[in-house]
Amino acid sequence: MSFRLSYRADPGNPWFSWQYVRDNSDTIVAALRDHASLTARAVLIAALVALPLAVAAHWFRPLAGPILAFTGVLYTIPSLALFAFLAPYLGIGAVTVLSVVVLYALLVIVRNAVAGLSQVPPEVREAAEGMGYGRWGRLLRIELPLALPGILTGLRLATVSTVALVTVGVVVGRGGLGQLIFAGFQNNFYKAEIMTGTLLCVLLALVLDLILAGLGRAVTPWLRGRAR
Amino acid sequence: MSNPVGQAVLWLNDPLNWTNPGGILDRLGEHLGMSAAAVLLGCLVAWPVGLWLGHTGRGGGLVVLVSNVTLAIPTLALLTILPLTFLGFGRPAVVVALAVFAVPPLLANAYTGVRQTDPEARDAARGMGLSGGQVLRRVELPLAVPYLAAGFRTAAVQVVATAALASFVNGGGLGQIIRAGFGLDIAAGGGQIIAGGLLVAGLAMLVELVLALVERLVTPRPLRPARRRANRRAADAVAGS
Repeated sequence: MSFRLSYRADPGNPWFSWQYVRDNSDTIVAALRDHASLTARAVLIAALVALPLAVAAHWFRPLAGPILAFTGVLYTIPSLALFAFLAPYLGIGAVTVLSVVVLYALLVIVRNAVAGLSQVPPEVREAAEGMGYGRWGRLLRIELPLALPGILTGLRLATVSTVALVTVGVVVGRGGLGQLIFAGFQNNFYKAEIMTGTLLCVLLALVLDLILAGLGRAVTPWLRGRAR
Repeated sequence: MSNPVGQAVLWLNDPLNWTNPGGILDRLGEHLGMSAAAVLLGCLVAWPVGLWLGHTGRGGGLVVLVSNVTLAIPTLALLTILPLTFLGFGRPAVVVALAVFAVPPLLANAYTGVRQTDPEARDAARGMGLSGGQVLRRVELPLAVPYLAAGFRTAAVQVVATAALASFVNGGGLGQIIRAGFGLDIAAGGGQIIAGGLLVAGLAMLVELVLALVERLVTPRPLRPARRRANRRAADAVAGS
């Protein structure tokens, strides 16, 4: 993928230019697709790792402290530093970007899932026990559904912040839309390119958030119609 | 040579890398300077607004909106766009960009801090004849201090972490060391890249640790047991990057 400019707004250098968007639609679409696919893969991997972790923290109380502490410490590490730690080992490219982004999304999802699971009222848990549910049955039929709103909030937060974070991947050469922003900056501060990248980033975050919100509504029908 | 961590130790052990112009000490000064300025600016904007919104009980939606939108804007974009505005190229633009990321935790915690004040305490103060401003200053503000402290800590750590990205626009700071490493070949710069990463991460954790201690000190003793729970609730409202 090359991010060369085929057009330079001269004179002027407007904040936004349809001319630029038309002339470089291939580059823009490629960057957008790269960004969306990195984000989707990262959130999916993070969710697949985070949910078992959250369940483990929920079942084995002594584990909850270390798991939350570990993810908390991870969150203090600046993203650029994390890229710095991983890049010499994983090399330049998508793998490094993906690893960093997954690690950050992990914390948000784990924290919200643990909170959601622990908010299940003890009476409900006891009632389920009385009805003969085992540990797995209770988890799958009662605790997870009740914790769904919390888990979904975590997923939405993780998705939105992942979209923003992927741009930093520019430092290892795979930033999706970050590539546009940075290229615009290097091309004599070409505003239209920077602006296009930024707007698409925010738009992508918004669209993904809406999709997840819709998904959340679909899988929690019992919450609909209830006064908020 | 093949081991990047060994190279990093080697790089950090070279005294010239610390004292040279543009060395670690210079970068550390820049990093702390712009972080402090950004957090200060964030406090000046977010605290009055948050306290007032919390006092009047309006604007809860606004607080959520501000934190959500800020979460979606890439740091990199803000750092590149602001120098192109009237702020001009240089330190002021970087500081303003960083301050934007300090606002949501400060704002949300100030708002929540005032909102969570016991309504009976507020009513009692009203009954004693205090005006709205006096209630805010003498009842709600002191009770909100634990929240304000928690918000300050979140914001400060976030800004110190984000300041590493200022290096993208040549804004200085410790991130510059990492960027310089990436500028070399990855095999040649690996040591410097990791060394920079260690410095940035170490600084962020140090700030977190120091502010956690300060937060404990400024929280009045009677408010301490409740703090832990409150802290987490407020933190859930904003999860920054």
